[in-house]
Amino acid sequence: MRRLGLLMVLVAFVSCKSGEHSMNYSFVDYETAKPHQLLSTSYCDIPVYTFDEFEKLLKVHPQKTYVVNFWATWCKPCVKEIPYFEKLQSTYSSQEVEVVLVSLDFPSKVDSQLLPFLEEHHLRSQVILLDDPHQNRWIPKIDKDWSGAIPATLIFNANRRSFYEKSFTFMSLEAELQDFLN
Amino acid sequence: MIRMLLVLMAVSGLFAFSPPDHRAEGYSIGDIAADFSLKNVDGDMISLSDYSAAKGFLVIFTCNSCPYANAYEDRIIALDKKYKSSGVPVIAINPNNPKYRPEDSFESMQKRAQEKAYTFPYLMDVKQEVFPLYGAKRTPHCFLLEKTDSGNVVRYIGAIDDNYQDAMEVEVRYVEDAIEAMLSGREIQIEITKAIGCSIK
Repeated sequence: MRRLGLLMVLVAFVSCKSGEHSMNYSFVDYETAKPHQLLSTSYCDIPVYTFDEFEKLLKVHPQKTYVVNFWATWCKPCVKEIPYFEKLQSTYSSQEVEVVLVSLDFPSKVDSQLLPFLEEHHLRSQVILLDDPHQNRWIPKIDKDWSGAIPATLIFNANRRSFYEKSFTFMSLEAELQDFLN
Repeated sequence: MIRMLLVLMAVSGLFAFSPPDHRAEGYSIGDIAADFSLKNVDGDMISLSDYSAAKGFLVIFTCNSCPYANAYEDRIIALDKKYKSSGVPVIAINPNNPKYRPEDSFESMQKRAQEKAYTFPYLMDVKQEVFPLYGAKRTPHCFLLEKTDSGNVVRYIGAIDDNYQDAMEVEVRYVEDAIEAMLSGREIQIEITKAIGCSIK
């Protein structure tokens, strides 16, 4: 919707941390991977990536733990657990934890479903739209055992990487994260 | 030493008596798929063995409520029209529990099948026993079976094609390629594919 040329201007005005220079080593970093499109809500930008672009962001950082959740507005169990990921983000951001919500919404439904959802819920976590129909190519690159069902979550840091094809409660999610922080 | 042996025996005994966990595994390529008897939207009970002239089956776990299943609905109807006459009919099975997904109730299935004029059976996995046996993880999830003397052999597991968003942009038609190869006795080039879908509830 907006051209890449506008990126720098946009970044200066948005409140969320999309693409900000990596003083805090944000998962999304426009220098590492430029989104091919940028969606806007009133409070945040949503970078749109193909898998090849997105894959560049899946790099480990010595201090950080990334919690990457694959979801969509049409997926009821996914929507149900989003508050748990939001709570995890706010509870653990001081411990170098970053939650990333990777939307798999249909690009044709972005305006009618994804953006209204984000306006309504004002998510604090970084949201990305992964727009890549060639799923058979990229799903196994996230995890060889992933069937493709969502919700699904990837947690990784310099020491560990685990993939979960399941729903979480806040307690079970926090328990998994604790294993990465200890 | 004897004590160790006893422990060993006890442990192996445990393993011997615990049943294999089919839920976690499901079918692999080459496995014999089990038959079933499930209720169709027209009220009849349907089994694979009812189809005496079939050369195989395209069993698709699908449903009303999943946008991915909806995106593929017209393509599923087209597949049945194209291959039923060649002896490979579509058998659609809704694996979801309507308690969690009210849009997947038997009545809603009947309505959907009528509205879209399904040319194939649309069955309900009422006890939710068939989908774990097959290893279906999401909707839509296809299992291509070939009828042989030893049973219905699993030949392909996965997605219908490589573009859920746009049927016009499809580059590889996984299911069609697999059916064509199966019917002509050729090796199936791509036997397993992954795709995003709705988890089964």
